[in-house]
Amino acid sequence: MNNKDLKEIEKQMKLANEGLPEIERDLFADDRPSRIEPLNKYLEQFLNWARARSLWILAFGTGCGAIELRPLMTARFDAFRYGIAGRPTPRQANVFIIGGYASLKTIKRIVRSYEQMQGPKYVIALGSCTINGGMYYDSYNTINRIDHYIPVDTYVTGCMPRPEALIAGFNRLKEKIQAGECDGMNKYADNFDWYKANQKRIIKDWNMPDYNW
Amino acid sequence: MDIFIKMVYAAISILVATLYGLLLVGTVHKIYARVHRRIGPPVWQPILDIIQTHGRKVATSHGIMFFLGPVFRLAGGMGTYLFIPVIYGSVVFSNYSMAGDLLLVMYFIFFGQLGMALGAGEGGHPYSPLGIARGLSQMSTFELPFSLAVISIAIQYNTLNITSIVAAQQGGMLNWTLFTNPLAVIAAMISLLGMNMHSPFSLVLAPQEIPIGPPIEMNGSFLGILQTNRALFASAKLVLFMNLFFGGATNLPIMMLKTFCIYLFSVFIGAAFPRFRPEQSFRFFLRVPTLIGILSVIIIAYF
Amino acid sequence: MKEIINKLKNMVNVLKVVEKHPDLFFITLDKEQLVMALGYLKHTLEFKHLAFLQAVDYLEDNKFMLTYMIYNYELKVNLGINVFIDREEHTMFSIHQLWAHAWQYQRELHEMFGIDFPDSPRVNEAFILESWDEMPPMKRDFDTLAYSQKTYYQRPGRETSDPKEKMKDAKYPNYPESPKIRRDDE
Repeated sequence: MNNKDLKEIEKQMKLANEGLPEIERDLFADDRPSRIEPLNKYLEQFLNWARARSLWILAFGTGCGAIELRPLMTARFDAFRYGIAGRPTPRQANVFIIGGYASLKTIKRIVRSYEQMQGPKYVIALGSCTINGGMYYDSYNTINRIDHYIPVDTYVTGCMPRPEALIAGFNRLKEKIQAGECDGMNKYADNFDWYKANQKRIIKDWNMPDYNW
Repeated sequence: MDIFIKMVYAAISILVATLYGLLLVGTVHKIYARVHRRIGPPVWQPILDIIQTHGRKVATSHGIMFFLGPVFRLAGGMGTYLFIPVIYGSVVFSNYSMAGDLLLVMYFIFFGQLGMALGAGEGGHPYSPLGIARGLSQMSTFELPFSLAVISIAIQYNTLNITSIVAAQQGGMLNWTLFTNPLAVIAAMISLLGMNMHSPFSLVLAPQEIPIGPPIEMNGSFLGILQTNRALFASAKLVLFMNLFFGGATNLPIMMLKTFCIYLFSVFIGAAFPRFRPEQSFRFFLRVPTLIGILSVIIIAYF
Repeated sequence: MKEIINKLKNMVNVLKVVEKHPDLFFITLDKEQLVMALGYLKHTLEFKHLAFLQAVDYLEDNKFMLTYMIYNYELKVNLGINVFIDREEHTMFSIHQLWAHAWQYQRELHEMFGIDFPDSPRVNEAFILESWDEMPPMKRDFDTLAYSQKTYYQRPGRETSDPKEKMKDAKYPNYPESPKIRRDDE
């Protein structure tokens, strides 16, 4: 294989950002997400221990389930005692809660926000709608399985689950993080083409960058 | 050789101050939680948060200035801290204090903000310049009563050296500036409210208006550095206030007790009052506190 | 209220009047006379508020029924005005000159039922269905289940359990069938 072929392959590996107007294409990353291996064993264990105790939720209510996030922070349920706090920007958050049904219009924003989050990042899918469509399983506008579009770590069933159930979901997530099982970021990078194909299949007017950092 | 020992001492001192500042922030979270009748996070939560932010695997950068913003900010915090003698008479905690250092410290309080302003603007998010504009305007206004208070005590003690100011206040509670020059202390304490950026003056990070303002694009280690700096800067400011107005400290427990009490002052006010709008905050600082500051200078100079 | 409807009857051709409630009336008008009647009701008879504008698909009759619900603050009465339009023609007069906020309803109806409102501002913009290329989804001949199965990934193993049937089977297998309560429709 000569140098020219390599360059050609490299070019194909780059993201085209075809959904954007010509002038904006350079403004966004054209690199695909890459797999990032964990550090050495003990350091990673220590970091996972800290990550499990400091969960920053992205304050983005994607559906009706977002109403359950508000009481979570108030005096009755007080999620802050577990180190769960809200963050207004995806750059700083590391937990994304898909609150209930995701419509066509929302999935676009969900994908964008998810990609802007800095790994390691975790996703909690809240409510039946995110698992199999729930009561909207036959709707023209509700995504039935959210795990075909972004990787999901924990599911919380119910319609609606109460805040206690959500806290149980957080505890499950903590256990998984501490055991080092939550690897959604690498899963997304490994199966990037599959996820993108699924996303582009339903988002027909793809007018955003292919992968945004 | 001396300078190396000094550096080791300074490193220890910075570490202690940072840890102390982080625990202080954690304690304040706990106090806020209790005011809201919640249990609240553990006091070491800020330390966990910093480990978590540094443990991010990827970080997005927006150019060199974006890198330098948090670094400048931390340099500002460290600079402020390094020129303040923390414990009067202690070798380890005396830092690099020297004659005329009060002016240098006041400069450093500003320096970090300016560096941050340069860096955060690079992120391109509209909320960061908004937060910076608010922060710098507010800083200019609360700096006025604080400077007047500093001028007042400089006239009172005839020096700008913090160590000499602390030395002049030794020997009993009644020698503290709090009792010898109360007007200056009132003006400075009001400006401390603005400096600590707790609730009535939390314009910069205003979570419900401009979600967390300048650091909005900061992620991973950038944010970790900023959080470290916030803790260090907070303890530096508190130590400065303790030295100038509350008689300094001769050992570590006394220092912690005094700074904690000074911090509680702004925490309690923060827990009880809602946020000002920017123009209300600016006008507030330019009215009564400034007048009190001017009055204290006149009284100390002519009576 | 009778008085108002009589006044209206002098002006336009009122096809049908239904009194649901002392302060809720439904009248049926001709499509061509609707805008005139609404203008008259708003400016002269003090029906200042357009509460909503909705559509119902009568597939069997091959018609859409549009309902304009307006409200009088003085008399505290609701008046619903039904207009039948042809399902194939599906063009309706815009009323955004009378109530400015009607454009939003018209935009929604355009997207969900495919009803055209010429001259209505921004009527072609996507309301919630960005990049929709099928038939408008609220039409009754749109098979939403088939579309969902075709587009989204169904998770296998879905069971339905109607609570009534399930409890009956579990606890009262010999319970006689209760007579169905039917609401008599018009």
